[in-house]
Amino acid sequence: MGEGVSPLFTAAPAVALAAIVAAAALVPSFAVGMAGGGLADLLVIFGLLALARAVLALAALDGGTGFGGIGASREMAFAVFAEPALLLIAFTLALVVGTTNLDAIATALQDGAHGLRVSLGLALVAMLAAALVENGRMPADNPATHLELTMVHEAMVLEYSARHLALIEYGASLRLLVWLSLLAAIFAPFGAAPAAAPLLWAFGLFAWIGKIGGLTLALALFEGAIAKMRVFRVPEFLGVAVLLAVLAVVFLFVSQGFA
Amino acid sequence: MGPRLGFGVFDYDLAHMLGGAVLVLSFGLLYQRRVSAVITLYAMQAVVLAAAAAWQGWVQGAVELYLTAAITLAAKGLAIPFGLRAIVRRLDIHRTIETALGIFATMAFGVGLVALSILVVLPVTLHAYALTREDLATALSVVLLGMLMMITRRNALTQVIGFLSLENGLILAAVGVAGMPLVVELAVAVLVMLVFIVFGVFFFRIRERFDSLEAHHLDRVGRAQR
Repeated sequence: MGEGVSPLFTAAPAVALAAIVAAAALVPSFAVGMAGGGLADLLVIFGLLALARAVLALAALDGGTGFGGIGASREMAFAVFAEPALLLIAFTLALVVGTTNLDAIATALQDGAHGLRVSLGLALVAMLAAALVENGRMPADNPATHLELTMVHEAMVLEYSARHLALIEYGASLRLLVWLSLLAAIFAPFGAAPAAAPLLWAFGLFAWIGKIGGLTLALALFEGAIAKMRVFRVPEFLGVAVLLAVLAVVFLFVSQGFA
Repeated sequence: MGPRLGFGVFDYDLAHMLGGAVLVLSFGLLYQRRVSAVITLYAMQAVVLAAAAAWQGWVQGAVELYLTAAITLAAKGLAIPFGLRAIVRRLDIHRTIETALGIFATMAFGVGLVALSILVVLPVTLHAYALTREDLATALSVVLLGMLMMITRRNALTQVIGFLSLENGLILAAVGVAGMPLVVELAVAVLVMLVFIVFGVFFFRIRERFDSLEAHHLDRVGRAQR
């Protein structure tokens, strides 16, 4: 650890992990309508994940090294484009279902009354793009890189070691799981058990493991097939996600606003 | 009378979804810069279009739409991409990367065009169902995005792909409406094949003359004759 760092540097990994754990507690996984369901607002979840990222970026700047600064500035540059995309996705879901509560969204989409919607398809594409960048996965960032110049997320945590690094790594893995659960809860809501029927939980757990397994497999295949893009092209990539989310909202206004 | 029109009816939802997928692939064409990836995306768009046509054939119980789907799949999903790849290989332009406008500006224009087509279609079809309206708006957007692609690209090959994707939009509009005569469909398919062949010859001529597929070289032709 560098000399002269502020207490923020040592506190950051724990704060980031705490925010991600809180988000993980809110995202419905194998059952809907659990105790935390009422708090599980999409905006709260996105906010918690943004908090984790902001704290790590501050800590990276606190270390005072060049790579930490590069990593932090890149991560924030990506966040500037990812956040509006996520807000627009939340807006789309709110227009379809009538609430931003994730639990209610998952329940409403599970019973299938809303059917297949072009807007939901567009939101899915936008959300996949945002999720890849948020988790520092392949086209935007390589979590297994050893080359400092191409690092984004890894450059921020170069100064950490030992238990702090373990917390950060654990947080990163947990964040990926949160995102996969989020995608599964919104876009593949089938199989989730109602909280009031504990006997069905085993089935829900099985379905959840299956969905997460499928998503991880898809992620692995995608990462294997694609090359990392230049850092300066990532904002373009996310800009496309924002535009697709805008398109989703536009289509919803056409079908709901004027119909 | 067919089944009830509205959201939540699976037949229409899926048709709608396929239309949306064609539109997203149009945006993909606008976004992608590498020639070989553009060709792949075009082939994917044609395959989704074929699926949309086949699904409409199933929903409307119209046998000729299956033929449309088969023609689309064979000609645009397989033959044309294969031919384009052969051209790319012979001209050795795999690595060509070019757009006249920035990607983000192009995409922003694209979203503007989609909004425009919605604004155009809405008042015209005020008495139609919401779904027909959205399908028409989607198809018109695909057409406009194809035109946008022709404008924003410098390379003659990607300009032709823009034209072909424009034609995909026309087919998408046609299959959504019940009772398009098959003769029209066949005529369009043959026309596209002919255009494709003409352009193929054209590429080689441009290339021979100017050593490049950049369309702005053609400006020199007019100037030389003046």
